[in-house]
Amino acid sequence: MRKLKPGIILFIILFVLWIILAGTDRDELIIAGVSSLVISLLFASKAKALGNIHLSPKAICCAFMYLFVFLRELVKSTIDVAGRVLSPRLPINPGIVKVHTRLKSPLGRLILANSITLTPGTMTVETQGEYFYIHWIDIQTDDIETTTKAIVSIFEEYLEVIFG
Amino acid sequence: MDSITAIIFNTAFYVLMAAMALAFVRFIKGPTSADRVVAFDIMTIAGISVIVFISVIAQRVIYLDVAMVYALLSFLGVIAVARYLEGGL
Amino acid sequence: MQLIGAVISLLGAIIIFIGALGAFRMPDVYNRMQTGTKATTLGSMLAFLGVGIAVPGWIGKIVLLVLFIIITNPISSHALARAAHYSGIKLTEKSVRDNLEEDYPDEVDND
Repeated sequence: MRKLKPGIILFIILFVLWIILAGTDRDELIIAGVSSLVISLLFASKAKALGNIHLSPKAICCAFMYLFVFLRELVKSTIDVAGRVLSPRLPINPGIVKVHTRLKSPLGRLILANSITLTPGTMTVETQGEYFYIHWIDIQTDDIETTTKAIVSIFEEYLEVIFG
Repeated sequence: MDSITAIIFNTAFYVLMAAMALAFVRFIKGPTSADRVVAFDIMTIAGISVIVFISVIAQRVIYLDVAMVYALLSFLGVIAVARYLEGGL
Repeated sequence: MQLIGAVISLLGAIIIFIGALGAFRMPDVYNRMQTGTKATTLGSMLAFLGVGIAVPGWIGKIVLLVLFIIITNPISSHALARAAHYSGIKLTEKSVRDNLEEDYPDEVDND
């Protein structure tokens, strides 16, 4: 069961995608989708990244909280960056800063880096080990701990529960 | 679709056209090739939104599939250019 | 309902316009990326969701399109920023500091 878990999660995601794209009005489409998914997943034995997800109720709750926090940050920082662009003096203070993360799982790090990139104002330029190099449009401090707190911590506390 | 909704969608369409024009100025001016790719990316996103708006103005769902394929292809294009700039292609 | 969707779409279009304006005004490629490819993320999400609200039957494909944008947009802008940094494009004069250049100066070829 442990070995099959990533395959099953991948199967469900891809099947939902297929249903949305192809529609449900013909039986042949569903049968063809399921059979081709089974065949392709038999050969996708390397897709192990999805196996680290914890599926406990607490993790699922955290996933929804994470989505909410992420959307809130997205709206907040978009308004902030839009204000900077529209102001005539162009008040930016950019540079590349270094932060560190506690996440170990590759998928968790991917989602963390992508969340940082998606919120305007911060952008992941490079990842090296436990350090992320982030281009920040408005640098406030020189200290690595404070920077980490400002950029990474809001996302990290939820992702840590989901990915362990 | 009543007339006010159509007017608002048409306005949004023209706002996107203005965004595309600004990005095109950056595309021509951009000092480095990375600037041009950024401008191209903005034009692509504006273009996808234009296609979606056209699909709702013309009431045809098939245009959404066009937008989807365009989104995937532009992603591949930007990745290819980035790889080339890095010297890996 | 259609009116609400249309207004949300218009808001998204305006955010995309602000992103393009930012790409036009910002001084270097990294800041252009900040506004250009990412402030537009929320803009395109709002534009698509507005269409999804205006025409509720299309919501499946709209959600799929939003998912594509959310997944592909950060990856392409990260790849582009990394490539720009490693191909030696300098940060603007206004920049405060560059920890990546300090830590890995050898990987940046300055020719």
